[in-house]
Amino acid sequence: MSYIEISNLSKSYGKIKALNNVNINVDAGELFGLIGPDGAGKSTLIRIVTTLLLPDSGYVNVLGYNTREDYKKIRGEIGYMPAVFSLYSDLTVQENLDFFAGVFGATVAENYNLIRGVYHMLEPFKNRPAGKLSGGMKQKLALSCALIHRPKVLILDEPTTGVDAVSRRELWELLYDIKHQGITIFVSTAYMDEAKQCDRVALIQKGRVLGVNSPHGFAQMFPHKLYDVYADGIWSFLDKIRALDTCKSAYMFGSNLHYVSTDDAETTETLTNKLHQIGLSGDVDIKQINAGIEDYFIRQLTENAELS
Amino acid sequence: MIKTIEVDKLTKKFGSFTAVDNISFSVSSGEILGLLGANGAGKTTTIKMLCGLLAPTSGKIKVAGYNAYLQAEQIRTRIGYMSQKFSLYNDLTVWENIHFFGGVYGLWGKQLKLRAEALIDDFEMRPFMNLTVQSLPPGWRQRIALAVSLVHNPPIILLDEPTSGVDPIARRMFWETIHQISANGTTALVTTHYIDEAEYCNNVLVMVDGKLVAAGQPNELKSLYNSTTMDDVFLSLARNENTKI
Amino acid sequence: MIVGRNMFFNFVTKEFKHIFRDVRTLLLVLVMPIIQLLIFGFVISADIKNASFAVLDYSHDVQSNKLVQRLTASGYFKLMGYLKNENDIEKAFRNGDAKLVLIIGEDLATKLERERSAYYQIITDASDPNTASILAGYAQSVIYAFVAENYSSYLRLMPVEIESRMLYNEEMSSAFMFVPGTMVLILMLVTAMMTSISITREKEMGTMEVLLISPLKPWHIVLGKVLPYIGIAFTNVLVIIFMGYTVFHLPLRGNLLLLLALCSLFIILALSLGIFISTVASSQALAMFMSMFALMLPTILLSGFIFPIENMPKVLQWLSLIMPPRWFLSALKTIMIKGQGLMYTINEVLVMLGMAIMFIILSIKKFKVRLE
Repeated sequence: MSYIEISNLSKSYGKIKALNNVNINVDAGELFGLIGPDGAGKSTLIRIVTTLLLPDSGYVNVLGYNTREDYKKIRGEIGYMPAVFSLYSDLTVQENLDFFAGVFGATVAENYNLIRGVYHMLEPFKNRPAGKLSGGMKQKLALSCALIHRPKVLILDEPTTGVDAVSRRELWELLYDIKHQGITIFVSTAYMDEAKQCDRVALIQKGRVLGVNSPHGFAQMFPHKLYDVYADGIWSFLDKIRALDTCKSAYMFGSNLHYVSTDDAETTETLTNKLHQIGLSGDVDIKQINAGIEDYFIRQLTENAELS
Repeated sequence: MIKTIEVDKLTKKFGSFTAVDNISFSVSSGEILGLLGANGAGKTTTIKMLCGLLAPTSGKIKVAGYNAYLQAEQIRTRIGYMSQKFSLYNDLTVWENIHFFGGVYGLWGKQLKLRAEALIDDFEMRPFMNLTVQSLPPGWRQRIALAVSLVHNPPIILLDEPTSGVDPIARRMFWETIHQISANGTTALVTTHYIDEAEYCNNVLVMVDGKLVAAGQPNELKSLYNSTTMDDVFLSLARNENTKI
Repeated sequence: MIVGRNMFFNFVTKEFKHIFRDVRTLLLVLVMPIIQLLIFGFVISADIKNASFAVLDYSHDVQSNKLVQRLTASGYFKLMGYLKNENDIEKAFRNGDAKLVLIIGEDLATKLERERSAYYQIITDASDPNTASILAGYAQSVIYAFVAENYSSYLRLMPVEIESRMLYNEEMSSAFMFVPGTMVLILMLVTAMMTSISITREKEMGTMEVLLISPLKPWHIVLGKVLPYIGIAFTNVLVIIFMGYTVFHLPLRGNLLLLLALCSLFIILALSLGIFISTVASSQALAMFMSMFALMLPTILLSGFIFPIENMPKVLQWLSLIMPPRWFLSALKTIMIKGQGLMYTINEVLVMLGMAIMFIILSIKKFKVRLE
């Protein structure tokens, strides 16, 4: 059963099309990621799903209820963590938790099992005002507050933005635990590398969904051969590399270069030779690799020039 | 190599909170230095002190040979600064923004026109130089902001989270431009919280809770911490520091 | 499961925590009324010590002399001299010789004795309407006291006929002016402004998004937010009345219960206005701005607190009709100063009730269960 059903959804702010005919289904029990850069329409989509905004056209059903007519039935059944810091900074950790439990008609005690993982980390600071927590701890508290009434669906808007690397990883581990407790999760992020943490992912840019698939599925959809190249001083050769006859695109990827070849007959040897020919000397380390989600996204952006 | 930025035992306290805790580093001309850390690690505070916008509590900063706080006037004409929040006037066109900021730095008349034309060409902005900034996609806005920060030909540019929230292609485009600029001898100091971007820098500094916990070339750091990616380096560094809040 | 009542209680508790933890705001809200009252009290009374006045006496008898002496002895007035005829009045004002002129009609003593009514007139220099009105009030009160002492038995039978060009604030002291005025100002500030800011703060912080998707009903949120401020506002009312009574010797002539009921009505009106502002404003800064310009300035300028409504141009007089504080101030004076009952303030009460209902309906219609 689809817990979240987004159908032909469009939304504009004046002339700007924030969402353009979006279709996404999130199944029960899934950890679903919505990935795209700032301004892609992630927050707008999330606010429509949480019944806080109305779409211009199309519809969203959450748990079988329409967000327009049956919004009251949806509210209370979902947990929501907005992109902005949504806690009371003058209340302590414990008071925030108690308050949000009370707001949803629950108590901390009855759902303690669900938040035990997070709460364990927060407990030493339970009497500290929420405003005085570190970024990572704030996010964990906000997560606890969104979970405290045991929602059927948990919706998070960019929970990892601006959070340090350790907290980011911990937050994903927590989401994983929460998923295993039977809660469906819909989460947005601007970090491409977080896609691999999700069961399925929707890539979004300029209000349009560029594809919905599992992280592995995206790799299989990549139509070209992809090579990972490492060589000292490779950056000064970028223009020459892009001028090679088999070069579909070439771009930086961490310390390496990703080379997308238009030639199905390309091998590491042929590519090495080409690179030597244009003057790249010394050790050149070339591997053929499977495309990641970022490669797929970059391809989609270059294919649809109007999107970038 | 000429040292263009020298920071010695720099500390900044806000009340009882230590935002930057006794850090020292130097940057050579033409170098791209990445300053990495989570929100609140002290990156922005450091950049603000380098610009002369904030007075250090203790320690010394020399930028282009001048004392950052006492000789802020001299420094301002020698640095370009781009922050993630403010950089352009959204309701002015690309051309108007470049002209305005050129004027701010004392360029005028033919000189200003020549410089603006050069930037427009270098950054391939001619097709939309007469469009307002707000009508352009975020990736292009970042690029224009970078062009504007270079309008007075500064030998040093300080970039505060320039790629925050930008799509993968625009991020790469941006870094390629930085590399082009540095090839001409310009020093770039860039803060970011995208760890993978560390790889695009010649040297990186990692900050956690105001302290400098690692410094070096990305490859050195990776072998030092036995990691294959900078992400893992960062994780092992941060975990050591994560015992406190 | 916790049900409705506890959910609401949970909300109100949180709201009180916000207020009591924010020491600065709390101090502002509780101490400022006292300071404001004292400042107004001292500034105004300092302003009118030894005001110069002149007399145009058509009687020149024993009683008229006594009356002039009485005025001089009050400590508020200093006699500059006698005028010869009406033409001199304007000259006295223009030269700044006098701030107030008392005209005593012919045969004061005889008329008071025989006809139990006499004519006098107070003319003030209205170029400074505040001082003018206060001085007129002072002079009036001295004359009242004078007549009451000498002819008290008659007074009850047949009041002295008086005629004055500035009849507002015909009562005793300036405390009558600023105590009700301060009350209006404080109630507007604490209730309307503070509630509108505290509701918009939740919008700004993002907590409103979470509250909206919770089972809380809109009225839970709104009432939960305003309830603590009702308490604070009511405390302010009690403090101001108490201080007016003890420090400024403001006699409470009317029914105290009626007075408190009237204040409660105004608190509700101001709250509904604050809620209305919060439904329209999207940020704290905007709510503050709207409260300042839509509430505070009209309260000060158009309610009759500082500038007498009678002296305003007609357009502003009409405008003052839609200012909630004007009606409250008028009713407050009727009850506190004149000591009259509900029937005399029925118009004001009905107007305020109508306004409150209107704002509540508007707020309900405007309250967004969504974000836009």
